[in-house]
Amino acid sequence: MRILIVGGGMGGTILANNLARRLRGELKTGKASITMLSATDQHMYQPGLLYVAVGKMSPDELYRDQASLLESSIRFEVDPVTKFDLAGNNVTTESGKRHDYDIIVVATGSRPHAEGTPGLAEHALQFYTEEDALNMYRSLQEFEGGRVVVAVGVPHKCPMAPLEITFMLIDYFKGRGIMDKVQMHYTYPIGRVHSLEPVANWAVPEFERVGVTYETLFNMKEVTADKVISEEGTETDYDLLVTIPSHKGMAVIEENELGAGGFIPTDRQRLNIEGHDNAFVIGDTTNLPISKAGSTAHFEAEALAENIAATIKIGTPVRDYDGKVFCFIEAGEGRATYAMFNYQNPPDPKPPTKGMHWFKTVYNKMYWASARGLL
Amino acid sequence: MELIGQMKLAEVGDELEVLSTDKGSADDIPEWINKVGHELLDSFEEDGVLHLVVKKTK
Ligand SMILES: Cc1cc2nc3c(=O)[nH]c(=O)nc-3n(C[C@H](O)[C@H](O)[C@H](O)COP(=O)(O)OP(=O)(O)OC[C@H]3O[C@@H](n4cnc5c(N)ncnc54)[C@H](O)[C@@H]3O)c2cc1C
Repeated sequence: MRILIVGGGMGGTILANNLARRLRGELKTGKASITMLSATDQHMYQPGLLYVAVGKMSPDELYRDQASLLESSIRFEVDPVTKFDLAGNNVTTESGKRHDYDIIVVATGSRPHAEGTPGLAEHALQFYTEEDALNMYRSLQEFEGGRVVVAVGVPHKCPMAPLEITFMLIDYFKGRGIMDKVQMHYTYPIGRVHSLEPVANWAVPEFERVGVTYETLFNMKEVTADKVISEEGTETDYDLLVTIPSHKGMAVIEENELGAGGFIPTDRQRLNIEGHDNAFVIGDTTNLPISKAGSTAHFEAEALAENIAATIKIGTPVRDYDGKVFCFIEAGEGRATYAMFNYQNPPDPKPPTKGMHWFKTVYNKMYWASARGLL
Repeated sequence: MELIGQMKLAEVGDELEVLSTDKGSADDIPEWINKVGHELLDSFEEDGVLHLVVKKTK
């Protein structure tokens, strides 16, 4: 049974290691093999970018060699896939190599699509790549006060990042002693300040307490040198603009016509690509209406690993993915809270505590153990 | 949220049906459609699930 995993990020890595442990015997006897193809030999802990953007982590803390995270029984190649032939059960890579498989899992992630909003890349600060996060930190250091707008596009990965960056910016400005010269304004695409209603209900009083003004039903249409214009016909002025642009999946997904916007139609419980029994998707690349978060990729990877292993051992999958997601929420002032939810049960965020912030800080280091499958 | 993302990917003239159990959506979606200038073709509730049919007009 040849298992091919496309993508070596959070989802792909946790899946590969989990499978390698479950199929130790089968891998030894050659009854099964696991190959991972990825686009880079480095693994980035993307949540760390939030801290890089405000000068609290340095970029080198965010990387490990991908090969060092994988069980030795996994074959790993840096050779991105360019062509998917789901009917023929094979992929072709950038180097021209063809890989045949019995089971394929696509976990190529998602990316900010700044080009979708005219003027955004030119005028707005972003923090979803190392370069953008560093650039944001440099610009923050030069900022002496004024109106700061945080504007959010849809869809985007990390549902908590808009709130977190808002609270973290306040801490940053307080730390520099310029908060009295800063007015924070937050915009959000739907009719409340967060997609999850309980999280929105938690965030509004926090915003009011720390003096963040906000505007909802605001979708960025165009960014100019001093204002953001919305699809809804409103506009907001800024002196400093921080954005999370709307996202797309990887171009290769669209080029192969696997899904509009680069997001693949996925069965919400079995995680197979609709219409295919031996092709699966996890992480940001699914089109599921749930958070695009590392924890989503993690819990999907665990459910899928169990099902693939069971299919190989007993000929049938054994469980459904229940939509589980767990997200920390940095709340500023050295405090954090969290949201845990699934398809059936909405989150119920508790008042933020210093303990939860320290737990997140420790998790930032422990992530590598989690990727290796040790947590 | 899903509707806004899907509307970006749709062609002018496409019709989309949103299914939602989120109470906020019942008010927010028609308000958003109205503000942006799309068209709400139909809305009904079935087994506690809200269905909204929307046409992309621009
Ligand atoms: C600033 C920021 C903060 C975040 N904070 C949090 C947080 O606090 N909590 C949380 O849960 N999540 C957070 N996230 C989201 C989280 O990082 C992603 O949701 C998660 O990484 C998704 O995992 P994935 O496996 O789907 O994709 P990724 O981890 O992005 O991995 C995709 C992989 O696919 C590879 N690839 C791409 N194209 C190809 C190709 N053609 N062929 C082969 N391989 C390819 C890439 O090299 C990469 O290895 C944050 C993200 C950002 C940017």
